Order: sequence, then C-alpha cells, then structure tokens
Amino acid sequence: MTDASHKTATITRAPTLSLGQVLPWVISVIFLVAMPTIFQSNSAITIMNQMMITIVFALSYNMLLGQGGMLSFGHAVYMGVGGFFCMHLMNIVEANELPIPLPVLPIFGGLFGLGLATIVGSFSTRKAGTVFAMISLGIGELIAACSVIITAFFGGEEGMPGDRTYFLPFFGIEFLQQIEVYYLIAFWTVLSTLLMYLFSRTPVGRMANAVRDNPERAEFLGYSARWVRFFSFSAAGFFAGIAGALFAINYEILTETNLSTTQSGVILLIAFLGGVGFFFGPIIGAIAFTLLQSVLSLQSEIWQLYLGALFLATVMYFPGGLAGVLMMHVPAAKFGKLGTLIVPYIKTLVPAVIAIFGLAALMELSFHVRHASAGDDEMTLFWTTFNSHNALPWIIASVATVGGFWLARLSAPSLKEAWHRANTPKGRPA
Amino acid sequence: MDLVIINLIDGLFYGLLLFMLSSGLTLIFSMMGVLNFAHASFYMLGAYFAYQISMYLGFWMGLLVAPLLVGVVGALVERYGLRRVHQYGHVPELIFTFGLALLIEEVVKFFWGNNLMAYQEPEILKFALFSIGNNAVPAYKVFMIFTSVAIFIGLLYILTRTRIGMIIQAALSYPRTVEALGHNVPLIFMGVFGVGTALAGVAGVLAGPVLGTFPGMAFVLGSIVFVTIVIGGLGSLWGALVASLLLGWLTTFAASSSFSFATILESFGMQRPESLSDSYLRDLWTLTLPQIGPILPYILMVLILVFRPHGLFGKRDV
Repeated sequence: MTDASHKTATITRAPTLSLGQVLPWVISVIFLVAMPTIFQSNSAITIMNQMMITIVFALSYNMLLGQGGMLSFGHAVYMGVGGFFCMHLMNIVEANELPIPLPVLPIFGGLFGLGLATIVGSFSTRKAGTVFAMISLGIGELIAACSVIITAFFGGEEGMPGDRTYFLPFFGIEFLQQIEVYYLIAFWTVLSTLLMYLFSRTPVGRMANAVRDNPERAEFLGYSARWVRFFSFSAAGFFAGIAGALFAINYEILTETNLSTTQSGVILLIAFLGGVGFFFGPIIGAIAFTLLQSVLSLQSEIWQLYLGALFLATVMYFPGGLAGVLMMHVPAAKFGKLGTLIVPYIKTLVPAVIAIFGLAALMELSFHVRHASAGDDEMTLFWTTFNSHNALPWIIASVATVGGFWLARLSAPSLKEAWHRANTPKGRPA
Repeated sequence: MDLVIINLIDGLFYGLLLFMLSSGLTLIFSMMGVLNFAHASFYMLGAYFAYQISMYLGFWMGLLVAPLLVGVVGALVERYGLRRVHQYGHVPELIFTFGLALLIEEVVKFFWGNNLMAYQEPEILKFALFSIGNNAVPAYKVFMIFTSVAIFIGLLYILTRTRIGMIIQAALSYPRTVEALGHNVPLIFMGVFGVGTALAGVAGVLAGPVLGTFPGMAFVLGSIVFVTIVIGGLGSLWGALVASLLLGWLTTFAASSSFSFATILESFGMQRPESLSDSYLRDLWTLTLPQIGPILPYILMVLILVFRPHGLFGKRDV
C-alpha cells in the first residue's frame, strides 16, 4: 500500500475507534482495578493514591507546558485552592446535611479551580514565555502568602481539616476504608485522564500546539493566540482543581504547603522528568517520581540531591524526558531490530548503573562522615551495616565507580554502532 | 522622625543588596535573553564560600576570594550547561536554571548541613558608628552601603568608558556583527555571566553576616530579585537601581508601620463585629501592613506586568 492510499484509508475510518486506540485505556482500567488485589497493604494503597493524584495534577500541568508552551511556576495554587474549597464544602455539607455525596465533590473542586484560572488567565495569557512565567510566579507567591493571612479560608498555619466519612453513604459505601477511597480516586483519575486526552484532540487542543510552536502563524490563520492559551489555561485549572479535591478527600487536611511555590516546582520537575512532548509522559513521570520519593526518602537523607542531579541531567541530555527516551526506540521497533539492541544495552548500562551506585555510595559515605553525630560510625547502606570510618567501604565504592565508568566508556562505541544499525531499514547498508 | 531616618538607612541597605543581585541578573538577561533562576543561588554560594575561607584566612580574604570563586563557577555553568541547553530554546533554559537552583541548594546542604552558619562580620567593624534617637547604626551596614556604591560606580565606568565595556555593550545588541569584527563573542558571554554571578557572590559575602547564612537564603531572596528586574524593566541597569531602592524602602517601611486595615473599614462606617471568630471578614479586621509587607512586591509586579509590560525603564517586553 502506498502512503497516499494509506492516508485516505485512515481518514475514511476516522469516526470509528480502532483497537489500538482503545486498548491502552482498557489495559489501564484493568490494571487500576487489579492493583489493590496484588498490593493489599495499607501503605501500598496510600502510595498508589498519592500516585494517581499526582498523575492528574501532572497531566493538567502538561496541558500548559507540553501542549500550550506555557511555563508556569505557580500551578500548585489551582490545585490547592480547589482542594481548600472542597474541604469547606465537605464541612458545610456535614453541618447542614446537604444531599451531596462524596464522589461528586471533585466536580466542585474542579469548577473552583476553573473559576480562579479564568480570573488569572484573563490577564496572564496575553503572552507565553517569560511574561507568563513571571506572572504565574507572582500570583503563586501572592496566594501562597495569602494562605497565612486569610485564615478564615485557608486555616492559617494549622491548615484546614475535614472529614470525608460523614457524608450520606453512596450506594452503601461510607469511605471509611482506604480501599474505598482508592476506587473513588481511580475512577476520577481515569475520567480526567480521558477528558484531558480528548481535550488534546479537539480543535482547541490542536490549536494550542500550533500556538505553542508559532503564535504568529496561528494568528495569521485567524486564531487568537491569546484565546487559545486562555482556553488551555482554564481547562488546566479545572483539572488541577479536581486533583486538589482528590487530595482533600484522600488526606482530609490541606495546609499552606499545598499552595507553596515548592509544590509548583515539584510538579514542573515531575512533568519534565516524564517528558512533556507526549501525552503519557507526565503519567510516567508521576509514577516514577512517587516511587522514587517513597523508596529513596526511606533509604537516604540526601535523596533530593540525587533528584536535583537527575532533573538537571534530564534537561541537559534528554530534553524529551523518560517518554522521549522510550519513543526513541519506535523506529528500531518498526524495523524489527529492537532485539539487536539488548546485548549492547546490557554491556553498557550495567556497568553504568554500578558506577552510579558506587558514586552514590561515596556521597553517602562522605555525608555520613561529615554530618553524623560524633562517635556514631555505624551506617547502613545497600542493606549492609559497616563502619564509615574504615577504609574498606571507601575502596569498594571507589573501585565500583571508576571501574563501572571505565567499562561503560569502553562499550559505549559498540552501543552507538548497534543503535545506528538498528535505526537503518533492512536491506540498506548501515 | 528618628524612625523615618533609620528606616531610610535600612531600606537603602536592603535596596543596594537587591541591586547587587539585580544588576548582574539584568546584564545576563540582556545578553542571553533568559532569566537566570539560579542567580540567588550564586549569592548563597558567595556567603558559604566566604564563611569557609574566613575560618582560615579571615573575613577580608573571604571578601576578596569568594566572589572570584563564585564567578568561576558561574562561568563554568555557562560554558558547560547553559550553552548546551541554549539549542533547545528559551523555556528549557529557564527550566535548566530552575533545576540548577534546586541542585545548588541541595549541594550546599550536602556540604554544610541545614543549620545557620556562624559567619560573622569582622571584629574591626563590630561597633555602632552613630545613633539616631535610641537606634544605633552598625558600622558594618554603612561599610556595606559604601562598598556596593563603589562597586557600581566601577561597573558603570567599565561598561560606559572603557574599550572592553564598549565591546560588551556592542555584543549585547549585535552579537553577529561583533563576531564578524573578530571578537570572541562566546567568550564575552561567558565573561559577562561570570562577572554577573561574581557580583551576586559579593552580595552574598556582604549579606551573609547580617541576614544569616543558611540553605534557605537563596530562596528567600530569589523571587524578590526577579520581581525587581521585572519592575525596573528587563535589561535596564538604571531600572534595576530604581526598582531595587523602591522595593527596599517599600518593604522596610511596610514592616515597621503600625497601620491596621481596621482603620480603613471603620472610615467606611463599618462596625467592628462583637465576636471576631464568627465573622467571615475577621482577617480583614486583624490585618496590618507589616503582615502584607512581604507580598507588596508581588502585587506591584503583577500590576506592572499587566499594565506596563516592559517595566518602569525597559525598552522591550519581558
């Protein structure tokens, strides 16, 4: 089949859904339903809840950064304000016994996020780039500072507590248990992800991409770049509000940290690590970040240093993020040559990973020697306990670092060669 | 009246400190067209380097050497970091400097821990120079004010009166033409970045003993510095000076005033409610100017960006 006939074929088939389009969604839903039966412990469910909330938030952030080209330093504000509003709503419903069941609350959180985003967006979306970034930073700092001043709404430094269980039961479910909350959040995660995906397919969503790449040209085609940005911004505010409401339901408390610029920075980091160029990038970012956070923060005191280094390395060497790295392999897979890459990958990446672990061990050692209280020489690293003032652990870590890097460098050229061959179609000389 | 003069001096002190940061940031912006989010981190590095040096060689060597070190670090960051990211566009550059700010804070925590460092002004300047009313003005503050003024006169002289300054100014506006004339423009950019970060380093060395040397010091000042150059107009040195002094005095006077918003409400004829805890407006009744002092710069910035996007003195949009 030639290219042209292939194109017409897809166009005529466009209204019906193909299996390839539906399959990822079905698999994700089955996966989400099955997860709690595999990991039954409460802590696992807590992590998964956190993960899903982060997914919604990161996807909403990517509506700005990835799809609209707007770099925001204050996106946590919309999530936080949506969450605070939901908390108040919860308390009002509880006090007045209004007939609003818990599962519909996120809509109200979303609407409040939308409302705030429309107000801010009315003046901040005039331009993208630095102006937008600076206004978002200013608004973010403003509202974060207000959280301490306006205690009636934000609860001051103690934050705003609430109780999700006093609602009228929803088909007999009272949301007393973590697992019930899990399914509530899972439902909203799937729904918001689907809606955000569909938004990116609408004319407005497509125009957002056009305005991101070349606002001038989009204006010549008759679209107002400002309105297109405004629509994306408001929609992003709506979904951030939903994420905030889910946060309120899950944790039953919101504090000023939910609004802080640190939180806005974290979501930028998550979206960028995952990859802003693809719709599913922030999902990967959210999953990877939550796992890293919950695993590393238990193991190491300096995990944020690793995170910062990882982030900077991503910006410098892999601007496409994790999703970009994954999608780099699509051409090779299409040529059916993905298998040829496995051996060179193992040869290079295993020593590289060993080197990175060695380097991390060296840093942990020096951190322990420098900052542990006097006389406390015992430290535990990689499930072994030893004396950090002995020479042996230092030698092992140094050998692992230097040897690993040396081996990785040694096999890097062959990986490059294999990569080049894998990306050449069959029958053509490499 | 005494209080006004004291506030004027304090505001001048804070404003000049801001100017030392914002002037470098503005120079870097006019050169690369990107806001350096990590600028305040170099200020923090300056304070920490100076602390470490002053432990062995005393304060004055710290003042001399630490900014040089910071400048070298800044130049390396430009050469091996920013120049690489530049090809991806402005937004990744902004994200890069943001990540750099995070990383520098973590690195500082790694080496020096989370605590406040015992970094102090030299013994020779530890006395009250003069006092107004009951308020003593420490000699160190006056020393700082004079040092920063001297640095700026020097900087202005180099930029406007010397050959190097002329080449830099030309390279900022027409990099390609200057390159065609045989000057090494990437080297000039690296140098300007180094000097800009070294200036931030000087600010850190000087401010460390007064404002405290701790890992959060970059975060505290970081966003205010942005606000300053946005208000002053990006790329304008004079705008940065005016905005720095404006913000310095604005925050100092707001912090020391006893103005309460209840006065405004009462002047509108509103009655103070009997029990404040039930009223939804309770925060307005208890609100005072010192409380909202820290957010005044942000309000000002948002207003400026909305109504006058190129700032007070800037020639181009942000």
